[in-house]
Amino acid sequence: MRYVLNRFGFLVLSLWAAITLNFILPRLMPGNPAQAMIAKQAGNINPAALKAIEEQLGLSNGPLWQQYFQYLGNLLTGHWGASFQYFPTPVVSIIATSLPWTIALLGVVTIIAVVVGTLIGILIAWRRGGTADNVIPVATMFGQAIPTFWLGLILIYFFGFVHHWFPLAHGYGDDVTPGLNGPFLASAIYHSILPAVVVFVGSISGWIVGMRNNMITTLGEDYVVFAEAKGVPKRRLIFSYAARNALLPQLTSVAIALSSIIGGQILIEQVFSYPGIGYGLTNAVASEDYPLIQGMFLIIAVTALVINFIVDMLYGRLDPRVRRRGAA
Amino acid sequence: MTVAAVDVAESRAKRATRRRNSALRQFFRNPKALAGVVLFGVFLVVAVFAPAIAPYNPTSTAFGMLQPPSHAHWFGTTSLGQDVFSQFIWGTRTTLIVGVGAGLLSTVIAILIGVTAGYVGGIVDSILNALCNIFLVMPGLALLIIIESYVHNTTPYMNGLIIALTGWAWGARVMRSMALTIASRDYIAAARLSGMSTLRIIVFEIVPNMTSVIASNVMYACLAAVLAESGLAYLGFENVASTSWGTMLYWATQNSALMSGAWWWFVPPGLGIALLGTSFALMNFGIDQVTNPRLRTSRRRRQVEKLLRELRAKQSEVHSDGRDARSGASD
Repeated sequence: MRYVLNRFGFLVLSLWAAITLNFILPRLMPGNPAQAMIAKQAGNINPAALKAIEEQLGLSNGPLWQQYFQYLGNLLTGHWGASFQYFPTPVVSIIATSLPWTIALLGVVTIIAVVVGTLIGILIAWRRGGTADNVIPVATMFGQAIPTFWLGLILIYFFGFVHHWFPLAHGYGDDVTPGLNGPFLASAIYHSILPAVVVFVGSISGWIVGMRNNMITTLGEDYVVFAEAKGVPKRRLIFSYAARNALLPQLTSVAIALSSIIGGQILIEQVFSYPGIGYGLTNAVASEDYPLIQGMFLIIAVTALVINFIVDMLYGRLDPRVRRRGAA
Repeated sequence: MTVAAVDVAESRAKRATRRRNSALRQFFRNPKALAGVVLFGVFLVVAVFAPAIAPYNPTSTAFGMLQPPSHAHWFGTTSLGQDVFSQFIWGTRTTLIVGVGAGLLSTVIAILIGVTAGYVGGIVDSILNALCNIFLVMPGLALLIIIESYVHNTTPYMNGLIIALTGWAWGARVMRSMALTIASRDYIAAARLSGMSTLRIIVFEIVPNMTSVIASNVMYACLAAVLAESGLAYLGFENVASTSWGTMLYWATQNSALMSGAWWWFVPPGLGIALLGTSFALMNFGIDQVTNPRLRTSRRRRQVEKLLRELRAKQSEVHSDGRDARSGASD
């Protein structure tokens, strides 16, 4: 229980940090960019909207603490402001349409990558010093160093432009209507294959190398050596004795890698014009749509923090030592 | 100090240098690490001698548009008639300076925060650790993008600075746990009792014993910085007039190099990033292998296994002499 409270406390603290950062950044910048933007937009936009945006970006004249509490209140009640670009669509509804795309792609591919990468890691750790153990880590290092967005460009060029096997961009075809219908889902899956491959290649190497190293450490433990000497069948030795204990640190890596996976996702969505949160964020920045930028950043941060909290909870369930110690 | 003490100190110093030398030799003997060093060396030479190597001015638009690679233009030309090879060479310089600079700076920050937290402990540790954890879970690139949305048209160097200031958390975490274990050793207690100041203990007693962790962190941080910088530049969050691998990719996509089939425009910068990154990863791997004996997939293990096999064969031949064989196998 103490562990749960501790982690929950951290979740609240980090959420508060993300929100406060979002509040402070536009107010910290010299020569207020929001003001410049509003001056540029004046006349194109109705005065009520301008007023609302001014307040949101810290151009109101109230004292800072008052602005801060107003901002917090607005966030909690779901008043995240209206997008500039698509006025008067509220930021919240734009986020609601793009979030499922990101979650679906990221979630499915990450789970597949973790499972496959872990299995490969187990295997090459067991056959340490073999050909696979020498080749795969180097290949994965190259995979880790390749900029994911560039890999996306290459795949689009080769499979989309040269061979026309896959679509060049977007989340679904023009000929289908979004919704829960067969043609749309088929089109969405077809469009997501290339981005999925890129996300997969970008993240799998970390899982392989991480699991390999954890496995080698556990394989050296006395209880494993003893079990081997006792004649425990190989399969049982690998999976029930060694891999089971090597999995725990792997779970921590999931939490740590998450922030970089999400970062990679932003770039990949941009490359494929994939209608998710990352594409929304970069587009909002390009068109200086500050309310949308703030909303998008906040939702990305919240997603990362909440998943991190869930991983922490899982870890606590799997490893009783952590729970007893209290802090992580 | 007595003569004997001087001798002991001297021999200890000698032994320390010898140990360091042998670690270095081991590092260079590791084929993967060596490959990383050579690869990095090539990029370093290109970066240093960029003005001499690049055949043309990278921003000059005096050439034919979108020409495929030829003798005059090894990597072809852009849709503005710029020489891609010259851009690549100058881009090496920018990317290397920013990547290595940001990697080093973020490692320094990581050492400062991590070691202080681990050694000082108490409330300082709690605060620094919470700060570190927050930066660790915050999605880095999203944070960078939102900072860039307020700071317009940054130079590559400014971007490197921002990357370093936001990307130290992972290193600090590693440094902290390392400092925690070192701080509990007896010689640190002795140093404290002898009246050494906290700063002195950190700088002269703790940090020198973390060399391998620091070196490994530099490699990791440089790799991350190179990727982050190129990603930002690709998204157009860098002064687009600068010549870096990321901005090359930005211009290539802006002018739809993909759709005009100009592969020579977008392949070299991406490959450059990947190879430079691989060199950091390879060196990091080498450091890991040298400093973590458990990871060593050494010739020795293979030798031991071979020996064991031979012994077993011999054992089955000579049933009576099993005891000797077993004692031989155990060392």
